[in-house]
Amino acid sequence: MVPITTLHYLVVAAALFVLGVIGVLTRRNVVIILMSIELILNAVNLNLVAFSRMWGNLHGQVFAVFIVVDAAAEAAVGLGILIAFFRNKETINVDEINLLKW
Amino acid sequence: MNVALMNQALMSPALMAQALNPGAAPVATPFFFYMLAGAAILSGLFVITRRNAVHSALALIVTLLSVSGLYLMLYAPFVAGVQIIVYAGGIMVLFLFVIMLVSIERVTKERQFNRIWPVGLLASCALLALFVSAFSKGKDLFPERRMALVETSNTQQIGALLYGEAARMGQYTFAFEIASLLLLVAILGAVIMTKRKI
Amino acid sequence: MLREFMSYLGSSVPPANAGNQLWALIYVFIIFAGVAVAVLCMNWIERKALAHFQVRLGPMRVGPHGLLQPFADAIKLLTKEDVIPAEADKVVFWIAPVIGLLAAFTVYTVIPFGPSEAVSDMNIGILFMLGVSSLGVLGIVTAGWASNSHYPLMGALRSSAQMVSYEVAMGLAVVSALLMTSLNTSGTGTLSMIGIVEAQQQQGIWFIFKFFPLGLAAFAIFAIAMIAETNRAPFDLPEAESELTAGFHTEYSGLRWSLFMLGEYAAMIAVSSIAVTLWLGGWLRPLPNLLHGAAWEFIFSLFPGLTFGGLALIAFIGTARMPSHAFFRIQRAGLGVFAALLGLIALLLLVIAVAGRANDTSIAARFRDGVDYVYWFVLKVAVFMYLFIWYRATWPRYRFDQLMKVGWKVMLPISLGVLIVTAIVGVLIS
Repeated sequence: MVPITTLHYLVVAAALFVLGVIGVLTRRNVVIILMSIELILNAVNLNLVAFSRMWGNLHGQVFAVFIVVDAAAEAAVGLGILIAFFRNKETINVDEINLLKW
Repeated sequence: MNVALMNQALMSPALMAQALNPGAAPVATPFFFYMLAGAAILSGLFVITRRNAVHSALALIVTLLSVSGLYLMLYAPFVAGVQIIVYAGGIMVLFLFVIMLVSIERVTKERQFNRIWPVGLLASCALLALFVSAFSKGKDLFPERRMALVETSNTQQIGALLYGEAARMGQYTFAFEIASLLLLVAILGAVIMTKRKI
Repeated sequence: MLREFMSYLGSSVPPANAGNQLWALIYVFIIFAGVAVAVLCMNWIERKALAHFQVRLGPMRVGPHGLLQPFADAIKLLTKEDVIPAEADKVVFWIAPVIGLLAAFTVYTVIPFGPSEAVSDMNIGILFMLGVSSLGVLGIVTAGWASNSHYPLMGALRSSAQMVSYEVAMGLAVVSALLMTSLNTSGTGTLSMIGIVEAQQQQGIWFIFKFFPLGLAAFAIFAIAMIAETNRAPFDLPEAESELTAGFHTEYSGLRWSLFMLGEYAAMIAVSSIAVTLWLGGWLRPLPNLLHGAAWEFIFSLFPGLTFGGLALIAFIGTARMPSHAFFRIQRAGLGVFAALLGLIALLLLVIAVAGRANDTSIAARFRDGVDYVYWFVLKVAVFMYLFIWYRATWPRYRFDQLMKVGWKVMLPISLGVLIVTAIVGVLIS
């Protein structure tokens, strides 16, 4: 069996990244788009931690922790915006959120 | 550690880990890697294709837990713990709350993919092709021989990087303070945005 | 396999750290069996204790003094009809109690019953525990949503809001205890559960008494937060029968409801074990500095046998006091058999204690040490379980807004204050 190298982890991260991008580009439900963004952030994290393992220092892991913190803040604010919008327009369809002012 | 052992250890990361820490060699690494990676990618697929948002959220939780398992395999226990606590235990609860608040009947009966989905799929396939070409051309940039991280003091070392002084490995103290400021701004923003009357 | 079996008995690390898969599996089975037995006992003790607190007798009919009541309840729950609401999402409805159960049981992999009696000693033991117990919230939220009904949904949202609020205070109290582990002679703290108890052993003081009253304050915050985490009285508004018709598990019946109950009791035992490990010295026996020496060690090693002997004595007295009417013959005989069983266990434990005295490195001594560690740990956890029942009998329920106010405006500032003061005192001392 081929030993598991850094490349294996990078391939998994790339697959998750592409799945997240497909989710962002093709779905209409705003919540699912936000979840696809979380997928993308996780793929980036996996990449960072795999490289941290490859080089043998912990900078990648510290940066991954910062990205997790950042994702939490972004999810909270994004969902807050969604709720504020939903109160006004009763829809969570990205295609219908198309007015700058109503 | 004599030279012969060092040479042998450099040949494979498992042997390196065994040389540094006998009795704690990783067990069945390819099996666990393929299982966790398969679970992560499969549930990622479920996240983007389910009509029901709650099913997507549950699939995302499985993805997050699988990725946390992959972090454990990469000798990053602290990041794995943070992932479970913050992502799976905090952010996903927030997502589920919001899904339950905004899921009305009309929403679940509409079309799930938008009109221009072939374009999106094409763009993603182009991205995938870019990744595949990058990995196949740069295969030797990612050497098989990897340094072994010491797992037992991982948290202490990350703590030193985050909190220490600049002279003693504290390279991210300033970034840490900025991150806490960012969280404060996010809290204020979320509270203000969801108030009905400011 | 026999070699693996024997190698663990001579080792000083938990089986998963030594790569010993056989013993790790054995421990997992022992934990499952132990938690199941503990839940059965808790069911009986809760009903009897609540009844006696309320000046009534509780179940008396099913076995002698109601001892077979949990079995009757289990049979009833298993044979009930499995009702699923019509519009409910079947997959999520099925999976919700499983999530709660998984989250509650996974915590047991890091709980140490002794210096090498744990499934594994992860370096991030406490972090793992905090994370996995926060996954229990997901089980409740999905259960409430999958029932497709108003009361369960509201109960689930309230319950998860409560659990998330008190998780913050719980985490900060845990960090206060972790700060105390870094006052070791080695200079660095540790997140591993076995390391925390060994730090208490090395510093010669349980963390509840350290830097008095800081350790006590942190322990009190954790104790209150863990009651809120497990949705027990006085924080049980989301599942109280008079408020929300049983909250998030309204639509669950029979086996599914018993899975929720199992998960709740398992979570109670798990968080109590965490509190015991962090503040009450885990498996360490009380007063090691004051009462030291070989004689005191021998006396303390007799405690397990004496405890079971005391229980057997109580059961014997109960048998003697039962009326000798023909109707009570079977119950009297049953209670006598139970008393004899307890007496046998007491005898076995006494034999182990005496046999381990002869040679400190023999297999018997290893067994005696293991029994002692497990006994003190389980005793402390049992005290916590009794406290849970006592609180339920004594205190009225918090209203939901009062609950959230206490969680955010009282517990969080106090736990932050305790953390800061502990850090300052720790830095000043070392």
